[in-house]
Amino acid sequence: MPGIHYDIAHMLGAVVLLLSFALLYQRRLFAIIQAFAAQSMVLAAAAAWQGYIQDAPHLYITALLALSMKAIAIPVALHRVIDRLNIRRTVDTSLGVGPTMIAGVSLVTLSILLVLPVTADVTALTREDLALALSVVLLGLLTMITRRNAIGQVVGFMSLENGLILAAIGVEGMPLIVEMLVAFAVMVAFIIFGIFFFHIRERFDTLDLHALENFRGERR
Amino acid sequence: MIFVQALLAGVFQVVQMLLVLALAPGLTGLVRVVKARLLGRRGPPLVQPYRDLFRLLRKDVVLADNASWLFRVTPYLVFTAIWLAAALVPTFTTALALTATADLIALVALLASARFFLALAGMDVGTSFGGLGSSREMMIAALAEPAMLMVIFSIAILVRTTSLSLIVDFMLAGGVGLRISLGLALISLLMVAIAENARIPVDNPATHLELTMVHEAMVLEYSGRHLALIEAASMLKLVLYMALIACIFLPWGISEPGEGPLAILIGLVTFVLKLASGAVLLALFETSVAKMRVFRYGEFLGGALLLSLLGAIFLYVSTGL
Repeated sequence: MPGIHYDIAHMLGAVVLLLSFALLYQRRLFAIIQAFAAQSMVLAAAAAWQGYIQDAPHLYITALLALSMKAIAIPVALHRVIDRLNIRRTVDTSLGVGPTMIAGVSLVTLSILLVLPVTADVTALTREDLALALSVVLLGLLTMITRRNAIGQVVGFMSLENGLILAAIGVEGMPLIVEMLVAFAVMVAFIIFGIFFFHIRERFDTLDLHALENFRGERR
Repeated sequence: MIFVQALLAGVFQVVQMLLVLALAPGLTGLVRVVKARLLGRRGPPLVQPYRDLFRLLRKDVVLADNASWLFRVTPYLVFTAIWLAAALVPTFTTALALTATADLIALVALLASARFFLALAGMDVGTSFGGLGSSREMMIAALAEPAMLMVIFSIAILVRTTSLSLIVDFMLAGGVGLRISLGLALISLLMVAIAENARIPVDNPATHLELTMVHEAMVLEYSGRHLALIEAASMLKLVLYMALIACIFLPWGISEPGEGPLAILIGLVTFVLKLASGAVLLALFETSVAKMRVFRYGEFLGGALLLSLLGAIFLYVSTGL
């Protein structure tokens, strides 16, 4: 029965979106990393499920990559970075939780309004999928905007990329090379971020990016 | 035949009202027992809430000198409103006499009027605790009610009715499938239920600490049979919310009009099982989270509101209105 197949795919997508909101809601660094790991795990499940219903074995590789890299390796690495740098475990947000959540819901609405006219001739389900993926991307951006802490911003970036993968697995016939490239680019970005963390830390004794603004004399 | 059905519906309605009344303290007791076990204590026996209620009913009422008629009338009003609301929710069968009036919006209105009188009574005697509890309760209500209404609207978009028995019929027919919006609505409704029933992340009914109490502060001045009625009402409310969640999201087992006694028996058994598993899950949840600060209620319930709003938005997309 194809109905329940697509329903499950949607539920997985929706859980990814929900975890994006969880990411926005968290205040502690470890909680943020946990939410991100959970999101990646659900994403891996979604990729495997899509591989099953689309009969596309290469999606299993995507699932495996998402699981091993984003759900296990990167969170562990981030934990170690936090331990090594010995930074404060709570995050200052530049916006309160309430306004952030309202902005998040507005972004979801925006992405739906954006996807609706573009995909007028496809089924409601594909439309919903694309809307979900776009919302996850926008929420990742919002996470990056509202965190002052560099690690929070990196996690926002990674969850943005989760949204891209969600869009890629939802569309039939996406070649594996695209997903591999995206995953690889994120790996490289993560390494660069890691180097940046240590440099910022060495220079300013903090990972709060407002220190950079002070340094450049942009802040009154 | 129609006459027989109407008669049966009346009988079922009475059975349902007595059933929820009889099960309510047991449910609260079960939550307490499971919680105590999880915390490594033995805990009170399952029948303790029944004993407490009977003991309170036997005791005299102590009234403050300046208590007005409102203070004395409120327990009866609150109990009646919540009992009536609980009678509206289909528990084991949808063939109830009140089916025609079993509307979700009526349910919210009944609960809201009960809360209104309770908050007024909390302020009536003029103690500082009462006012504090009332103001907190109204703050929670102002956030929880829109969330609950939003959930109801999402369901109404999907099923095109707010009548509970029709919703049960629709869900039992299985035409819905797994919907994103329903998942969001379920989470939102769970959050509202936790807030409304004064459970742990929002309120802790087991303490009398001025920093945390909401509901307890409001009813601090009550004693004797008045207190028994208010306690029974809050126990009924827990059953009501569990039954509501069960009948909207897990309606399996509820018998439909015109089905035989076996279906009704299955309905009864599954209802009790649903309540029991709900109690265990609630106890698990309560022992695994910490009490929230009062200032974070807004974020918690705002989250519920946003989730239900998201659900409605997604429904709007998929049904293509």
